[in-house]
Amino acid sequence: MSRYSAWNLARNALSDHQHWDPVWRLPEPKASYDVVIVGAGGHGLATAYFLASQHGIRNVAVLEKGYIGGGNSGRNTQVVRSNYFYPESSSFYDRSVQLYERLSQELNFNLMVSQRGVLTLAHSRHDLEANRRWFNSIKLNGVDSKLTSRSEIAKLAPCLNLDAHYPILGGFFQPRGGISRHDAIVWALARGADSLGVDIIQGCEVSGIDIKDGQVQGVRTTKGTIATKKLALVAAGHSSVLAKMSGFRLPITSMPLQAMVTEPIKPILNTVIMSGAVHAYASQSDRGEIVIGGGADMHHSYAQRGSVYTYRINIRAILELFPWFSRLKVMRHWAGIVDISPDTTAILGKTPVQGIYINCGWGTGGYKAIPAGGETLAYTIAHDEPHPLVTGFNLERFYTGALIDEGAAAGVAH
Amino acid sequence: MFLIPCPHCGARDEQEFTFGGEGHIVRPDESVDDETWGQYLYFRDNPKGLHYERWCHSFGCGTWFNLARDTVTHEITRAYSILEPKPEPAQ
Repeated sequence: MSRYSAWNLARNALSDHQHWDPVWRLPEPKASYDVVIVGAGGHGLATAYFLASQHGIRNVAVLEKGYIGGGNSGRNTQVVRSNYFYPESSSFYDRSVQLYERLSQELNFNLMVSQRGVLTLAHSRHDLEANRRWFNSIKLNGVDSKLTSRSEIAKLAPCLNLDAHYPILGGFFQPRGGISRHDAIVWALARGADSLGVDIIQGCEVSGIDIKDGQVQGVRTTKGTIATKKLALVAAGHSSVLAKMSGFRLPITSMPLQAMVTEPIKPILNTVIMSGAVHAYASQSDRGEIVIGGGADMHHSYAQRGSVYTYRINIRAILELFPWFSRLKVMRHWAGIVDISPDTTAILGKTPVQGIYINCGWGTGGYKAIPAGGETLAYTIAHDEPHPLVTGFNLERFYTGALIDEGAAAGVAH
Repeated sequence: MFLIPCPHCGARDEQEFTFGGEGHIVRPDESVDDETWGQYLYFRDNPKGLHYERWCHSFGCGTWFNLARDTVTHEITRAYSILEPKPEPAQ
């Protein structure tokens, strides 16, 4: 693998960029691996990368039924933040923000992390009080946050319509939050993991999981049977399907979540705007597109498409906040299948089957969790016990009642 | 977007309805252990394919009813009363 540098860029320019090395190999699966990871999205690739880089476990395969990053990792809305309510969540997500801050260097790949801040809006007296409570909790958790007045918001985001149908009365701001190039993390981790010897096997769908005496033995795939004693299921919306093959159930509902981008325009929006009250958020990518997201379609689905009326509700909310966006054309619009857990906190750790580990339940907010999700799952696999940051994210909490109810605390757009 | 055949009002637009999750879940006796109770409260089949689920015609007649719907194609094969037992998969 050739390193990306100004020198290499100049050298390859002389040969018209025709001789760059392939960024990753296209290997056929071996008969067995120390660890097999199902799902080559952000979380699966991050798990493989950290297994190799932090734990020296390099005999690893990542199986992907489609292509790298072709599922939800290619359908996210690029927001990175850690302004969560509960200590378990904010310490985990802040670790993820810290990793986003340094991974461009470590992976030698520009993730285009832009810490332009995330502004959460308040539209009523009750919103203001809820925001103050939320802000205080974040401060107690040691994460940067700042209450923001209406006049400060006018300066921070002049394109906002402060006198919207639900007027903007204030909000709070996380300066270290922001965006990063939406798919760069996937390519960077795939390249990093491959260079450390991880086999990324695309077009390889899992059709069965072999278990003997409560211990996983291997997986059956469209490219043959692969033996392994450690199997990680990292398949987001399809986690329940894999759990069923393993003989257990999950507290997960798969639903479509829509998002869209407009045509590119000159810079107008220099921060991320979120509103729980009107259920919408927007940011502007470095290419100039306005990236828009909102609520999920509220029914079970694996169809990767949503309903027009959910899309319309989202657009209507955004146009009330930014009336001038009404002139913009939507260029692309898509849906991904998200894995919603009952308390909207992820499930990460061991499962009822010995040797099977799970990472799912990120719901509508898995993108920002990619680096820390991978790092903690890699630790959990290597030590066969949960990483200290994710002990609360276990599956047993749905029996013991120790839920981490972030849905109520963190509002929209996880 | 799909048309949902409400047993009372006929086919109406999806946005008039509220989704009620998996149907035919039986509440266990309160003396069961925590794991069984947790399974009842939170764990779901979440199948890729045929799903038996509850809907309510919230912005219509208000009736709760069951649908047999495919979660990949969104094809609805049956709408039936909330009182009917779970159909056999052969249907």
